[in-house]
Amino acid sequence: MAGDQVTLLDFWASPFGMRVRIALAEKGVKYEYSEQDLRNKSALLLQMNPVHKKIPVLVHNGKPVCESLIIVQYIDEVWKDKAPLLPSDPYQRAQSRFWADFVDKKIYDLSRKIWTTKGEDLEAAKKDFIDCLKLLEGELGDKPYFGGETIGYVDIAFVPFYVWFHAYETVGNFKVEAECPKLIAYCKRCLQKESVSKSLQDPQKVYDFVVMLRKNFGIE
Amino acid sequence: MAEVKLHGSWPSPFNHRVIWALKLKGVEYEYIEEDLSNKSELLLKYNPVFKKIPVLVHGGKPIAESLVILEYIEETWPENPLLPKDPYERAMARFWIQYGVTKGAPIGVFYRASGEELEKAAKELREMLKILEEQGLGDKKFFGGDSINLVDISYGALAYWFAAMEEASGVKVLEPSTLPRLYSWAKNFIEVPVVKENIPDYDKMLAYVSATRKKLAKNYRP
Repeated sequence: MAGDQVTLLDFWASPFGMRVRIALAEKGVKYEYSEQDLRNKSALLLQMNPVHKKIPVLVHNGKPVCESLIIVQYIDEVWKDKAPLLPSDPYQRAQSRFWADFVDKKIYDLSRKIWTTKGEDLEAAKKDFIDCLKLLEGELGDKPYFGGETIGYVDIAFVPFYVWFHAYETVGNFKVEAECPKLIAYCKRCLQKESVSKSLQDPQKVYDFVVMLRKNFGIE
Repeated sequence: MAEVKLHGSWPSPFNHRVIWALKLKGVEYEYIEEDLSNKSELLLKYNPVFKKIPVLVHGGKPIAESLVILEYIEETWPENPLLPKDPYERAMARFWIQYGVTKGAPIGVFYRASGEELEKAAKELREMLKILEEQGLGDKKFFGGDSINLVDISYGALAYWFAAMEEASGVKVLEPSTLPRLYSWAKNFIEVPVVKENIPDYDKMLAYVSATRKKLAKNYRP
């Protein structure tokens, strides 16, 4: 829409921020990317997200929208003439919401446990993580994307975590591909899309970032 | 219209959320009480991922997770809308619903803890509810304005079930002196006919919550 002012407050490594970047790219929305320093939060970020003080925040014509999946739904509803991200059928939409919610409930917390714990806790986290990935793999089935023939809401919710896999695998000493080859093939397929490849970060950079975080948190 | 069934459990506030939404939309449905200590084949088939209630089954197709079900109900039966039409206002409504999900963990602590841990959870809850009251509810009667919407429904447990938690645990959080607007909201919410007629008897809830607290406290290791 002409005259729209769109700014994304984000942090380069955040999978949640990447979700929003993919959604904006799918819709062809022009926006200003504003990198935030999370250890020294800007007045703008605190003003735009006073409740959680987190990124991503989408600022559309001065009004902030917070929480990545809420932002993605907002983007889908505002820029509705192109690349629908949610299905039109209510039952399919409910299934998409269920699986995106599953990614939020499970993938982030479990993966965080992988790079912040050791010993028995780490082994348990790895097992739970793989179990969740297998469930997702089952849901994907033979479809090219969770969204069917094109990427959609669940793809956007999940695929950013792929660039963190190299970090989890290295510190956790395991390989996702060994357990979930179809899921990895799916992730690589997603990366062939420009909206995804331009929005995701280099896994090596993410790994270096995780190494630094582990040092800061005193995890060896 | 294809038939609608709801698999639920009488004490569960997540279950009640779905009932209120269905009633507000005038949807006829069959209710099936599930025994959660002995889950039915049907429940496990309908919700293999979490194996939980509520599950809404519409024309044989199951939907799980109460908040997902609420959005489904809103889209499938658009009369008497329970979310704003404007995308920005909808995003704000969803934000406040999500706030309860992200920040609601201290409520779980009420179920099983006592002493210092419980006091700490109560303090966190008071702070979280203060923000909800000031920035989410503001001066409105309900989150939905003059009538309740999905945001009110998502916080509904605070208005009735939580009182049983407070009594069972001996710690009060929702008080008129500290959370005056939310306290009023709760009083108004309970009086909405669809809610009033579709929540369990207080004494039954208190007995259930007390028994669950005792059971969880026995098994709980910090």
